[in-house]
Amino acid sequence: MAILVIAEHDNQALKGATLNTVTAASQMGSDLHLLVAGNACQAVAEQAAAIAGVSKVLLADAPQYEHEMAESLGDLVVSIGSQYTHLVAPATTNGKNLMPRVAAQLDVAQVSDIIGVESADTFRRPIYAGGAIATVQALDTIKVVTVRGTGFDAAPASGGSAAVETLEALPDAGLATFIGQELAKSDRPELTSARIVVSGGRGLGSAENFALLEKLADKLGGAVGASRAAVDAGFVANDLQVGQTGKIVAPELYIAVGLSGAIQHLAGMKDSKVIVAINKDEEAPIFQVADYGLVADLFEAVPELEQKL
Amino acid sequence: MKVLVAVKRVIDYNVKVRVKPDNTDVDLANVKMALNPFCEIAVEEAVRLKEAGVATEVVVVSVGPKACQEQIRTALALGADRGIQIETETSPEPLSVAKLLAKIVADEQPGLILLGKQSIDGDNNQTGQMLAALIGSGQATFASKVEVTDGAVQVIREIDGGLQTVQLKLPAVITTDLRLNEPRYAKLPDIMKAKKKPLDVKTPADLGVELREHLRLLKVEAPSQRQAGIKVESVDELIEKLKNEAKVI
Repeated sequence: MAILVIAEHDNQALKGATLNTVTAASQMGSDLHLLVAGNACQAVAEQAAAIAGVSKVLLADAPQYEHEMAESLGDLVVSIGSQYTHLVAPATTNGKNLMPRVAAQLDVAQVSDIIGVESADTFRRPIYAGGAIATVQALDTIKVVTVRGTGFDAAPASGGSAAVETLEALPDAGLATFIGQELAKSDRPELTSARIVVSGGRGLGSAENFALLEKLADKLGGAVGASRAAVDAGFVANDLQVGQTGKIVAPELYIAVGLSGAIQHLAGMKDSKVIVAINKDEEAPIFQVADYGLVADLFEAVPELEQKL
Repeated sequence: MKVLVAVKRVIDYNVKVRVKPDNTDVDLANVKMALNPFCEIAVEEAVRLKEAGVATEVVVVSVGPKACQEQIRTALALGADRGIQIETETSPEPLSVAKLLAKIVADEQPGLILLGKQSIDGDNNQTGQMLAALIGSGQATFASKVEVTDGAVQVIREIDGGLQTVQLKLPAVITTDLRLNEPRYAKLPDIMKAKKKPLDVKTPADLGVELREHLRLLKVEAPSQRQAGIKVESVDELIEKLKNEAKVI
């Protein structure tokens, strides 16, 4: 029996999180199939077929799969689910939306957001905002799992040559209708896969001041993130929030500016390789996890840093 | 339209959790407990729907030991009309909770079911989606705006990279994200009034649900701790360290 990985994509390109998920799935068993469900997404199927370690790509190409709506996509995954030992998806907002629906329809449990694979049925996952790490055994015959991307390396995007098989689309049950979406357009790298992340907190004081961080991020070729306080204050868009309930990041360099380091924020970034904190409050908890701390006024330090790099 | 809100009793979000010395679980003895923050947002949204004349009744349900009645009372103090506790010995896993809630939905026939997107203890983010699957309804997770129009609900969802708007047929399940609303504080007279609001207690057997073990918790460990590094004195020193010591730029 094989393992099914649900690919994340935007109908044109495969999202990076899929590659980390393939690595996690490969530690659960050997025969890996990838489901590409979308609309006019032939190009994605071709990219999927090239991933090293994937033996088969299932392509479901139909209008009802364009936006990865959990209702229609869930029915599709459930219809083939019992042919697999594991159903695995990235723990992105799409994966989190879809997989519990699939699990309940199959009457099995889900293991969310794993960061380690101990064996085919036993996984490690953070609980309590990363305050503890649980080792959990899934007892059902089908294991439904979502994968935290930062817990696993990306599988090589080339080297494979899987066959692409067409999967018949199922009729849409009409429970939910896609109305529209607004996606932020940015030339910066994606927050969860960026090599460098520059994050700001309440200390930035205003949306305008976030431009300081954007300049620094651009100089470093990095992404911009934020604490919940900065998002709640309306300084930046919601999807830049790093933390327990926002994005989980683990870049090579994380620069935290003007943010105190609440436990919920640390949960989203403490696996970063190198952490820099710039804050004028030397008691801020962020300094307890920072490799390099600079006690300074960010409005002086950040422009200086940006200029001298 | 009736609105059902499912809530959970969890560790207070300000409390730093400790792992038991025998690594069987976290230690919740004598720890401050509270209404899960996302559930609080769900209650607030339901109460606002009632205040706007959209909802006629707000029913709050929680699954767990008797202590979770405290959190049901909190929700009643925030403006919910009545409560249901489903009595279990421990806090069951998400699939079991979803099965119990599905029975309550069948009994109560709500038009809208609101839940938090995740509880801050297990961080599973599963129950709402599972419930939607079991009752065969549409779902909108990570809601940041909810608007009920006749026979349907439009929800703005916080997704990776931006916002998505979906429309669901009623009944529908919605799970709340942080920015859906800012919950009110319960006033003392409301807390007193909440004590007199009806609260039913049911058991899984009453609902005809047999709880099975699907997941086994083998071990709970403290995460590896990061050591605090050094303080640098200047931007120049920081750049020097990043270039020559950490070698990340």
